[in-house]
Amino acid sequence: MTDAVATGDDTNEVDQGRRKFLTIATTATAAVGAVFTISPFVASWEPSERARALGAPVSVDLSKLELGQMVTYVWRRQPIYIFKRSPEMVQSLAAHDNRLKDPKSKESDQPAYAKNESRARRPDIAVLIATCTHLGCLPKQRFDKGDAQLGTDWPGGFLCPCHGSRFDLAGRVFDGSPASVNLRIPPYSFPTPTTLLIGQDETSAKGEA
Amino acid sequence: MASNDTPAAPGFMGWLNKRLPVQQFVREQLLEYYAPKNFNVWYFFGSLALVVLVMQLFTGIFLTMFYKVGDTSAFDSVEYIMREVDYGWLIRYLHSTGASAFFVVIYLHMYRALMYGSYKTPRELLWLFGMFIYLALMAEAFMGYVLPWGNMSYWAAQVIINLFSTIPVVGPSLVEWIRGDYGVADATVDRFFALHVVAIPLILLLLVALHLVALRQVGSNNPDGIEIKEKRGADGRPIDGIPFHPYYTVKDVVGIGVFLTVFAIVAFFVPTLGGLFLEEANFEPANPLSTPEPIAPSWYFTPYYAILRAVPNQRLGALLLLIAVLAFFFLPWLDRSPVKSVRYRGLLFKFFLGLFTVSFLTLMYLGMKPATGAYVTAARLAAAGYFAFFLLMPWYSRADRTKPVPERVRFHA
Repeated sequence: MTDAVATGDDTNEVDQGRRKFLTIATTATAAVGAVFTISPFVASWEPSERARALGAPVSVDLSKLELGQMVTYVWRRQPIYIFKRSPEMVQSLAAHDNRLKDPKSKESDQPAYAKNESRARRPDIAVLIATCTHLGCLPKQRFDKGDAQLGTDWPGGFLCPCHGSRFDLAGRVFDGSPASVNLRIPPYSFPTPTTLLIGQDETSAKGEA
Repeated sequence: MASNDTPAAPGFMGWLNKRLPVQQFVREQLLEYYAPKNFNVWYFFGSLALVVLVMQLFTGIFLTMFYKVGDTSAFDSVEYIMREVDYGWLIRYLHSTGASAFFVVIYLHMYRALMYGSYKTPRELLWLFGMFIYLALMAEAFMGYVLPWGNMSYWAAQVIINLFSTIPVVGPSLVEWIRGDYGVADATVDRFFALHVVAIPLILLLLVALHLVALRQVGSNNPDGIEIKEKRGADGRPIDGIPFHPYYTVKDVVGIGVFLTVFAIVAFFVPTLGGLFLEEANFEPANPLSTPEPIAPSWYFTPYYAILRAVPNQRLGALLLLIAVLAFFFLPWLDRSPVKSVRYRGLLFKFFLGLFTVSFLTLMYLGMKPATGAYVTAARLAAAGYFAFFLLMPWYSRADRTKPVPERVRFHA
């Protein structure tokens, strides 16, 4: 079979340039169309409206929380550790900066108001997202100093059962852990001195929760 | 050559062959497809992989008839299958044992290729298709593991999906996209079900078809690593080849018989295999507020898991895990040896293949142990051995003192 095609000026020459242009233009248009066609399918995997609605802020009553006691709440399917630190606990935080990967929380993920010594708005109330920054397991509470398994110099904190990451009482990660950054901190605020609102602060109050 | 040359047979077969090339297919793919005559026991695993694939499809179809997807119904429906569906326990155990059997067979099949250089020219594409099958199988196994929605299912999903969060910039939003929620949730198990039951099996079947077509194009390698097509008799047939049917079909039937015997013993008497094939923590429902202790993936993922944990940096750990899996893809180009089979390679290759074998098995063991103290040190050493096999291959495969390769295949090394 020959490539001969009758063109306007009645010769048997094929206009290769024109054919190439049309081929490329058609292919490019189809590719753009394919991207548009696939986008609803990709978008369908995003959290649904229902999942987003269920991700609303969570209110916690702090009035019954004792010193050194920890409670776990769920916000956006993430367990949140909330515990009350004694003044000694807060003081002890400054003692082991040299054993931490990110003592000043420079590489870590937290709201601006929690980027301080105690990683909190109020030094006595710690709020941490309880998913290990390594691969998302739940670090276990190991508040006792000098824990038998963790050594006499253990200042109290958390141990991840999955891969052995260790964190202090401000969720800061110790050297030698597979996790590289400190535990994350959600946005939160205190509408009253004894109420904690997880998932909402001044910056998010007007916008999306 | 074509079916037109043969006079049309009368009757139904004649009618059929005129419309569908059945006879031609049987002749070209079975009766006149010549495979090397010196296959040994390592050559059973390709056909066994096909058998397991068919078994998984069959038992899987029956499981979908009783399984109810969803975070509130999945766990209960699996218990329903185990306790109330007639022979439901058997169908599920066949499927779960089949998953492990798939990896046993595939790992041995891949190891055969490492020993006899089956990934080398002209079989690079055959090898790549095989590796894509391996990747698809890993995805299939992982998602299938999540479906029963036991506590280990939940935390496996949590850990594995979080691996993607180590990707710079897009990581966190990618993780949310994969899960379809702010955590592993109903949306996650629903989409995994669709992928496990429809999408990935289709991809697997396509890849297997490509793997087989590529195999037929280049022909099987053999324990001597020499090309039988280069030595042809007067009739044009490879002297060292024998027709696939009946010789290897019959041989494979024996292999399948032995395999099914072992398989049945496991499925009937030790379906959990002491926690290796089915983990104890998965017999309690998913609980987002309690991580099972200790946490470990299925045995077939533990070598990579051990590598991940051996690195004290999450991004680097995830990257090394990825490289550990993908390294296999590059074997055809890493290997610079003039010979294929380990039989004619020198001490260097034998040393590194041995090192790889020991490292892989050590990592597999360590991945089931806690990541503390001496276990971590051992995992780092084994990971070094694992990567040395690949990274140093361009050097040692060339520097190796190879032996002369025989003209014709032999039955013993």
